[in-house]
This record gives sequence, structure tokens and C-alpha cells, in this order.
Amino acid sequence: MSNIIEFTKEMKKDYTILVPDMAPVHFKIIMPVFIQEGYHVELLDNQGSGVVNSGLKYVHNDTCYPALLVIGQMIDALNSGRYDIHKVALLITQTGGGCRASNYIHLLRKALVKAGYGFIPVISLNMSGLEKNSGFKLTIGMLRKAIAGMVYGDLIMHLANQCRPYEITKGTTDELVDKLGAKCASYLNANKGYSIHQMKDICKMIVQEFAKLPIEKTIKPKVGIVGEIYVKYAPLGNNNLEKFLQTQDVEYMVPGLMGFALFKVDNRLEDIKLYGGNIGKKVVCQILFDYLQKMEGVMAEAVQKYSSFVPIGRYAHTKELVKDIVGYGFKMGEGWLLTAEIMELCDQGYENVVCTQPFGCLPNHINGKGMIRKITTVMPKANIVAIDYDPSATKVNQENRIKLMLSIAREKLK
Amino acid sequence: MKLGLDVGSTTIKCILLDEDDNIIYSSYERHLSKIVEKTIELLTYIKENYIQDHKCKLMISGSAGMGMAQCNDIDFAQEVFATKIACERLNPDTDVVIELGGEDAKILFISNHLEVRMNGSCAGGTGAFIDQMATLLNCDAATLDKLADNAKRSYTIASRCGVFAKTDIQPLLNQGALKEDIALSIFYAIVNQTIAGLAQGRPIKGNVLYLGGPLTFLKNLRKCFDKTLNLEGKCPENSLYYVALGAAFSATNSYNLDELIAKLQNYSNHTTFAYIEPLFKNEQEYQEFKERHDKAKIEHADPKSYKGKAYLGIDSGSTTLKCVVIDEQGKILIEDYRTNKGNPVELIKDFLINLYTQYPNIEIVGSGCTGYGEDIVKHAFKVDEGLVETIAHLTSAKAFKKDVDFIIDIGGQDMKCFKIHNGTIDNIFLNEACSSGCGSFLQTFATNLGYDIETFAKKGLFAKMPVDLGSRCTVFMNSSVKQAQKDGASIDNISAGLSISIVKNAIYKVIRCSSVEELGKNVVVQGGTFYNDAVLRAFEQELKTNVIRPNIAGLMGAYGAALYVKNKKYQKSSILTLPELLNFEHKVSSVNCGLCENHCQLTVNTFSGNRKYISGNRCERPITKKTKGNDLNIYESKRQLIKTYHTDSGYRNITIGMPLGLNMYELLPFWNAFFASLGFKVITTDFSNRATYLKGQNSIPSDTVCFPAKLMHGHVEELIEKGADVIFYPCMSYNVTNKHADNNYNCPVVAYYPEVLKANMDSLKKVVYINDYVGIHKPMAFVHKMTNILKKYFDDIHHRDVFKASRKAYQAYQEHMDKIYAMGDKIVSEARKENAPIIVLAGRPYHIDPEISHGIDQMIASFGCAIVSEDYVAHCNSKAYRVKVLNQWTYHSRLYDACEYVVDQKDMNLVQLVSFGCGCDAITSDECRSLLEEKGKIYTQIKIDEISNLGSIKIRIRSLLEALKQEKETDSHE
Repeated sequence: MSNIIEFTKEMKKDYTILVPDMAPVHFKIIMPVFIQEGYHVELLDNQGSGVVNSGLKYVHNDTCYPALLVIGQMIDALNSGRYDIHKVALLITQTGGGCRASNYIHLLRKALVKAGYGFIPVISLNMSGLEKNSGFKLTIGMLRKAIAGMVYGDLIMHLANQCRPYEITKGTTDELVDKLGAKCASYLNANKGYSIHQMKDICKMIVQEFAKLPIEKTIKPKVGIVGEIYVKYAPLGNNNLEKFLQTQDVEYMVPGLMGFALFKVDNRLEDIKLYGGNIGKKVVCQILFDYLQKMEGVMAEAVQKYSSFVPIGRYAHTKELVKDIVGYGFKMGEGWLLTAEIMELCDQGYENVVCTQPFGCLPNHINGKGMIRKITTVMPKANIVAIDYDPSATKVNQENRIKLMLSIAREKLK
Repeated sequence: MKLGLDVGSTTIKCILLDEDDNIIYSSYERHLSKIVEKTIELLTYIKENYIQDHKCKLMISGSAGMGMAQCNDIDFAQEVFATKIACERLNPDTDVVIELGGEDAKILFISNHLEVRMNGSCAGGTGAFIDQMATLLNCDAATLDKLADNAKRSYTIASRCGVFAKTDIQPLLNQGALKEDIALSIFYAIVNQTIAGLAQGRPIKGNVLYLGGPLTFLKNLRKCFDKTLNLEGKCPENSLYYVALGAAFSATNSYNLDELIAKLQNYSNHTTFAYIEPLFKNEQEYQEFKERHDKAKIEHADPKSYKGKAYLGIDSGSTTLKCVVIDEQGKILIEDYRTNKGNPVELIKDFLINLYTQYPNIEIVGSGCTGYGEDIVKHAFKVDEGLVETIAHLTSAKAFKKDVDFIIDIGGQDMKCFKIHNGTIDNIFLNEACSSGCGSFLQTFATNLGYDIETFAKKGLFAKMPVDLGSRCTVFMNSSVKQAQKDGASIDNISAGLSISIVKNAIYKVIRCSSVEELGKNVVVQGGTFYNDAVLRAFEQELKTNVIRPNIAGLMGAYGAALYVKNKKYQKSSILTLPELLNFEHKVSSVNCGLCENHCQLTVNTFSGNRKYISGNRCERPITKKTKGNDLNIYESKRQLIKTYHTDSGYRNITIGMPLGLNMYELLPFWNAFFASLGFKVITTDFSNRATYLKGQNSIPSDTVCFPAKLMHGHVEELIEKGADVIFYPCMSYNVTNKHADNNYNCPVVAYYPEVLKANMDSLKKVVYINDYVGIHKPMAFVHKMTNILKKYFDDIHHRDVFKASRKAYQAYQEHMDKIYAMGDKIVSEARKENAPIIVLAGRPYHIDPEISHGIDQMIASFGCAIVSEDYVAHCNSKAYRVKVLNQWTYHSRLYDACEYVVDQKDMNLVQLVSFGCGCDAITSDECRSLLEEKGKIYTQIKIDEISNLGSIKIRIRSLLEALKQEKETDSHE
């Protein structure tokens, strides 16, 4: 592809790399991994109508909402005057696979050209070797640290969500989230905290900190959030869904990033199982898969050992749940995982599920809306609402539908 | 006392109960979006008349009441939930509730495991939809109901979205279909939408309750539900008030109404909405703007004193009829603009009679007509020239600016934009569903808010803080406006916001440009909507450029038609004379055409002198009675070819069925040979038709998935009816490889739709359903994997047999493709012999299905074009190339290949078929456009869905052909 501007070694010295913030808790912890390697990274936090309008202006309006938002956010940031646009690079993930998401980076480049920023290099963060840049390399060390950061993020999120609705002093949970997040970040920044041994200690510390938090348990509806990965986590993508739920007197759980990471690696193994393939590739994937599972174990065991919190749903268990519902070969987007996460949530008592998706999301026709009926036949208690997100879908209508789901949830509690 | 308020999207309902739950007071009225004011009014009335101590229990419900309740700490009940409570109290034996509201549609399954469904983002089939449709028929909802009393038949109307429905209804009206029949068809469309969109496979039976405004007021709507559901539903007493009743029943907290009213008054004063720059900062800016635009002017001449030759132009648009008479200098003698009230013929007759009698000295020597009603008008009055709208508009725009680069026409219902290159039309953009904001959209809002359109538009001019409303579809816009009002936006700010949103819709969604340079220097804007200064200003502001708005912006089509005949130097017109007009008669009847499997519903117009005009047809056959000339249409040849793949007997005595849809349209030969070799009998389904869709519609879980996928449900039902023992429809992440692509994926829907069928179709339990994951892209692994899969279902499956079968399969697939390539070669060489233009109708293999492509191929063929498909042309391309996107889907990569090939072929042009909701095509269509346009080719895109109307597609194709013709003429001059 001739139109690619490479991110060179020279650029690494003084370019600022802008990164869209998909999962606020996680990304704050993971950022030091890049800073430590000498990259000047900055998480984008600009919001508001400028973001959506830039997206609408430079991206095909039928493209999925996350692409529109992420690209809109980047262009809005470039337009803001906050950056020297000749010393800026953009970073975007590229998962690979048959979903439109693999094309985000190309849509971003097209949009940049249209907006007059065609000279800005775009870095693809991917693990499939789709694109390479001489100035940006994902080393094994970085990968391990990033995985550690992801584990901490998942763990903090998992516990915080169980404390926040019941905290005695308002705001203490989020204070703890910030404090622990900063702590984890500082470990990684000091090149520590990613060996199995250290991680066990840190996870233990995190669990114990949350266990100490003064809470008063009452009976509240339990809500789960699943969805397309960006819309599920990013407040920008889901109209501050979590903030809304916090005002509705419910407890909610959001499955972590670890499941998605395992799913993406596992897909390659499934692919080989279904269609045959290279043995070497299989070995590499298996190693990575085992490593991730071990990491998952570290955090899951910490929760079980040191607290009475609802345990973390393990990938293997989640996968088992969906066995008779949908095939493991369904790998595009969130694939079978989304369906499985709904079931895992129900299994853990979070039977009231908000299934978030960008309007017209292709895989979601199948794993989300397409599976609701089937799920409710095997799990009759499941109370699922599918919500579309889109540049002009209004908060009123989204919240009204969620409220309906919550009314039923409340009645079931009686 | 207990008070329940239901603040819905359009109405506010109120119920006051005494201690024994008897209704003391009830009210129902439209709130015209003045939600807080109305609430205060209502509370004050109740307080003063019914409640002595001014204290009562209160609960608010309804989508528009949510924000108000939340901000003022009033208890709130979600409205569907409130309905449920009311039902349990008043009609405990109810099984299912169907409730249609202003913008929401809901179904509650009460007995056997409670389930509630609300419509998602697409809101066809609601009260707002009915109002929209009534406006289209120039009546109100009640009249619509009355009309339906006398209906004799019903037409198929898409109801998922108002825009689709309009595109279905408009041509029916223009072709002379009866309003009575259309009224009934609208009700049936709503029923289908409710069942398909909400029930999603759960049967509606038992005691059914009809609630909400539309179902209360429209008895024919209830009848349609009864008929379709095959039961007799009940519309109970107080059916309008169930939500309010539920709210009242569940009210527990007491409020002091005086305090509450004070609180609400305070609440209505604060402002929190997102806003954008004002249109005009001050009066002076507006004056300058007005003066500048007043210069774009066509002179008028006095018709009374004029004597001599004149030319008539008629533009029979979707909602309005425009007529213009010009003199030999091009000055306007007479202009006429009126709403067409669904029947342009009568209006034109009146206009002409009036013209002849009032101005006997004006001699019409030439006449032209254009617009949606072009055909019928031309036939009815023997008009000399019928011309495609784009040409009419270009002709008139040139009268204002000779070297015009870009024309934007925003009318009542549609938006047409065209780019001009070297004096000919180079590119056309028309609005589609989801980009529907047009003139009538402003009109509807003005009416809903209680204003006429002029006053409403004026209000926006000097708004200080226009609301930022986004730019999607009308339904979304309703809720955006609702939200803005909740947030305290005033009418002038909303008016300005709406004007700006129309403009944004045009620029970013229809034209898809991001800067004015892409449009060119000289932009002419026209269409009635641009009389609205707010829209015009918003347009200039958004593009940061000045444009030309002719003083006859709304008449440009008619003026262009008149100019066109004037330029052609007509000397005598064939148009009906006064005596002929006085004896003019027009009769309409409808019949089903039985000449082919399309079974088009034909509308036959008979005019005096027994002249006939038939419409509704997709091909020329019912008119010329000739067999269609399909020998140069690869779509037709491919259809005939695919029908040949079946195996009528096999030693296993097991019938395997495969649904003819999606990827099966290409892989059927592969699987047919494969299973035949293994001793199975192989059957498949017929091409889709409307019945196929209806058969499967109640198990479709996602109403926004593409139409080709939705049809699969019907195909599966059909296979079961046909007696298949086994249905084979594998999941396939990967498809066959393409040498120029980076990967060979199927799109997610094609890849995994078999999973959706499995999860949602109960009838599949009657057969063995094989939907395992299969990869044919790796032939060696395929044999092994497939053996294991088949062993799960059948005895006696051996690796060696599967190996043999797979060789046959791959061979059959190759032979199939070779046949297509040969057909293509033959068509191209014959077309070149005959000097016929070649259209590459590029889509996916399944676009040959007549229900998916709606006979577009036949229509294009009827214009004398040869048609080839993307698979053939992609095969012709041997040139390696790179695209600017990740080229990872097998079918889509063929589109890029096709574009690459077409740019080097002078006589080939590409028309891309895009299914509504196809996410992948959001990427491919932009890329195809740029591949073609970089090399100076015209890109034409046709979006298709459930709709079966070909009107707007015809405009596109005719414009394309016209542009090609002109291009050829310029070439030959050089």
C-alpha cells in the first residue's frame, strides 16, 4: 500500500503519539509501558460535538460508530491546536479478521488525507504482522508489561464495580481505583510488576485493599454489560452508560479485557482446528494462549483466595457455557464470546444484561440480537436489552429502554 | 387521590383516581412538544378543580416525561412497565398486549414468562409513521381509516422506515393507484412491521389487547391485525390511558402540587443543550445576504399582452406540481406551483384548460415534462418530450450560470445533487433512507410544533443558539428535537437547528464531501427548500462559500423542461388541444401481470381515445407483448444457470436441501456435485419473492440486518415444506481465494448467518440441520475435516468417498465459473458488435435474485444496454493493483478488480448495487468511487432493500446513459 507514511526511528525521538482511550481504567495503567520505552504517548480525552462532527465529516456515515468516533476524536484533537501537527503520530489498533474493524486504520488514513493531514504517520498496533513501522516495535517485554497492565485494569474494574453501589462514603471506591491504578502504573514505569511472582503480590494487595473498603450490602438489581469492544467500555461510545447505571441504584459488572485477548488468540487455534494450518504458528499461539490463561489465573485466584467478592468468570468456563449455542468458529468481531459473556453474567447472577452495539454492527446481528432468543430458552431468567449506539441515537430513547429492563429486574427481585 | 401522567412523544395523558381507584378525571391531548408548560397547565387545572388540599400521590411515565421527572425528583415508571401493571389490574386474563404510540411500538407477552419488546432505532410502524403517510395522501389519520373502509386490494409497502414507505407509495400515487387501497396497504405494512420487528418469532396468540392512540382510533388497523394474527383482539375501555393508569396505580409518594408547579416553572427556565453558531449575527448581515441573492433572477413577462410562440414545461414532482410557460426569450409568462394531492393528471388538465381559455394568444409550440410523474403526464396529455430530471435541472441551472460545476436540488421528498464536468452530468447523488431530511421534513416539524412553514423558518434566522441536532433520519430527529426541548431549547433555536441539519445531511451523507473544493467554484442551489433563507444560509456557512439561488429555485425542473424544448426549436406541439381536454377522461384499474415469475402489479391508466398507459412493470413485456430481450443480460443467464443445479435421485435415499441465498448463489454447484457424488438427492429453493420473505419474517431477530440475509428465513421454511430431510447450510469464515486480495473472508453476515437460523427457527427442529464450520479454501484439509463433520450425521461416510466427492465439487465449481466467464465474453463481444453500452452491474453473487435486485437488471436492459456482472469482469482483470483499504473479503475484492478493469474499457460503465445495511459496502463504495473517478469514469451507486420501487433508480440509470450519450457526442465533435 503506497500511501502509508512510516513512523521512523527519528520520529520516535520527538513525536507525540496520540492514542484513543477505549478503556479508561486500563489504558491509564498500560500507558507507562510505552513511555518507559521512550515513546511520547498521550491518551485522547477530548469529547463533545466536535468529535462526532469531525467523524461525520470525514468518515462514511454508514461506517460503524466506533470508527466514526475514534477517527473523529483524532481529527478533532489535531484541529484543536494543542499539538504541533508536524510532530504528531496516531496509534490505532488493528485486530485483523473479517470484521470491518480491521479497516479502521485505512479509514483513518483516508480521513486524514481528506482533512489535510495526509502527512501524519499512523501506527498500527497489531499482533498479526499486518503493518510494520521501523520506529515502533512491540517487543516481548512490552507485551508482557501490557498484559500485566491489562490484568490490573481488569481486576480493579471487577472489584470496584462490586463496591461502588454499596460504599458507605460516596466516592471512596473511585478514589481507591485512582490510587491503585496509579500504583500499578508506577510499578510498570519502574520496569517492575510483570513477573508472575510480583503480579501475585500486587493482585493480592489490590484485592485486600478493596476488601477493606467499608461497604454496606443491600439487595440491588445486578446488571451486566456486554457489547462491541469499544462501545462496551468507552464512555464516549456508550453515552456514559456506566455513569447512568450508577444513578439507577443497581450493581453492574463488565467482563474484562482478558477474555477478549484470550478469545483473539484462541481463534487462531480454532482456525487451525477447523481448517488446518501451520504447526509453527500453532505452537506460538498456544504459548501465548497458555501465558494469558496463567495471567488470568493469577487475578482470579487472588479474588477467590483473599475476598468474598464474586469471582472472575474464567475464559475456559465462559467458553464451555456457549458450547451448544453457537460454534467456536464464529470469530469475527467479538464472535461467540459476546454470547458467551451474556451467559457467564447470567450464570454469576447478573441476569439483567445491556447488550451494547454500534447501529448496524455486522457480527452483532448474529452474536447479540441473533442469540437473545436462544439464550432465554436455556436461561429463562435472562433479561436482556439490546441498545444501538449511533451519532444521532438519543440518550432519551436509550435510557428509556434500559429503564424498562431495570423495571423488570426490580420486579423480579420482589 | 392518585395521579398518573403519561407524557409520550406526541401526547400527554392524565388519569386521576380516588381512594378506591375509580377514575375521577382523565384527559388526552397533543402537547406540541411544550412538555413542561402542558404539565404545569394540567397540574394547575387538577389542583384547582379536584384536589382541595393540593396534595396527591403522583407518578410520571412516558418517554418524554423521563427527563422532567428525573430533574425534579418525581417518581417515574417506565411506560411499558406501567402498561403491564394496568393490564394485570384491569385485564388479568391478557396474554399479549400490542401498544402503538407516537414514536414507539411495543409488544408485551404477559402469560408464560414475561417478555417485553420495544422497537429499536428504526421506528416504522408507529403513530408518527401513520401521520407521515397520511400527510402524503393529503389527509389526516382519521380520514385514512375511512378511506380504508372501501379498499379492494392492498399493495406491498415497506414499513421499516417512513422513507422506504414513501418511496413505495409515491410511485403508486403517481401511477394512479387508488387512495383507498393505499390506505389499507399502509395499515398492513404496520402490522407486518410490528410482527416482524417485535414479535421476532414468538407467536402472538390468546387474549390480545390493543392499546395506544393509533389502535384506539383506527378500526381498520385493528382489523388488519385481527386478520393477520387470525384472532380477535380487544381494544378495552380506556385503551388510551393504560400507561397513565399504570402510573396512577403504582403512585406511592405524595406531593404538594403547589411546590411541584413552582419547581417545574423554575425547571423550564434553564438551558443545557448543545448549540452551534447562529445563522446571522444581526439584521445587517441578513440584508447583505438578501441583496446578494436577489440578483440571481429570471425576468417575467406579462402573459396578457404576449402574443406568439411559447413553450410549456411541466415538473410533476413527488408532492408538488410545477408548470412554467416561457416566451421565445426565455422569460417566464406563467408559473404555477401547487401540491399534487396525489393526482397530477386532474391538476394539469385544469391548468391547461385555464391556460387555453385565459390566454388565447399564447401558442404552445413545444412541451416537455419531467419528474416522478413524467411518464403518466407524457402519455395523458401527449407531451412532446419527456426528460429525466437531472437534464431538466442542468438545463435551467445553465441559464443562471453557464459554467455551473455543481447543482444541489432539495425538494419536498428528495434531494438530487449532480456534479457537472465539461457541461455534462458527471456524477449523481440522491438521498437514501437514513439520509432523508428534506423539505417536507421541515414542514412536518413545523406542523407538529403548531406553525406554518414560513413562520417557522423565519423564526430560525436570528436564533442565537441553534440546536445541534445531528443528521440522521427523521425518526431520530424527532427524538433529538424532543431531547432539545426537554433541555429547554426554544422554537427559534430548534428551527435553525433543523435547517442546519438538513444541510449537513446533504453535504456529509448524500454528497459525502468534506470541503467546498470538491464541489467546484460555481454551485447552484435549487428546489423549493432553498426558498427558506435559513437553509440557504446554513448551506453557505457549512461550506464557507457563496452559492447561487435562482429566484425560481422551486420551478427549476419545469423551467428546464420548457427551455429544453425551446432549445430543440419545436414548431408544433402534439399536446392536447382545448376540445380534446374538455372531453378528457382518465380511468384507472389494476391487474397482475402473468407474463413471467415476477408477477408485477400493474396499474393500467386509460385515457380518452382508449390510449393506455401501464405502470408498475419491470420490463417491457406487458406493453409490447414481446419476450424480453435478455440475451445480453448476464444476470438472466446466471439465473437460468443456477437453476440447473440439483440432483433428483441418489442411492442414500436422503434428501439434502440447500437454501438458495447469500453465498449459495455461487457455491451451489460445488455442494450439489459434492453431495450427488456421495449419493444424496439434492434440492434447493426457488428464487425469492415477496412470499418467501413473509414466510420467514417472524423469526428474524435483527431488523437492521441486510435484506438478503432476512430472506434466508423464508428459504429454510420452503426447504422444509419441500420435504428436505437434511438442510445443509455451513458457516464459512472463509471463501474461495482471489489472487489480488489480501485475504479471503466472507462478510460476517454471510459467514455466520446459519447460526442465526439455528438459534431462531423452531421449524429447523423438524430436520437435521448441518451448519458446521467449513473451509473450502484449503482443498487438502477440506476432505479430512468434511469427512469428520459428515460422520457426525450419517453412517457409511468414508474418507475416500469424500475425497472423490470433493474433486467433483471443485471441478463443478470451476466449470460453473468458466460458464459465467464464457457468457460474459459472448455478451461483451455481441454488445460491441451492436455498439451497445455495457453496464457492469456489480454486486455480490446473490444480487441476481429477482427479489433482491428488484429486476434492476431487466430495467437497465430495457434501455438497450448489455449487462455483465462483477465476477466476470473481475476475472478479466489481470492487472495487479493496490487499494487504499484492507482488501480482505472475497466478494468485495471482485468489486475492486472490476473497477480496475472497467477504467480501461471505453464502452463499459460500472453500477454498484449496495444492500441497505451492508456495513462492508460503507468501505467498498467509497473505494470503488475513487478508483473509478481517478480515471475519469462515472460512478453510480444503487442502494436496495425491501423496496420494490424503481423510480429513483430509473433516474440514475437514465441520467447515466444521458451523460454517456453526451460524452460520446462531445468526443465525436473533437
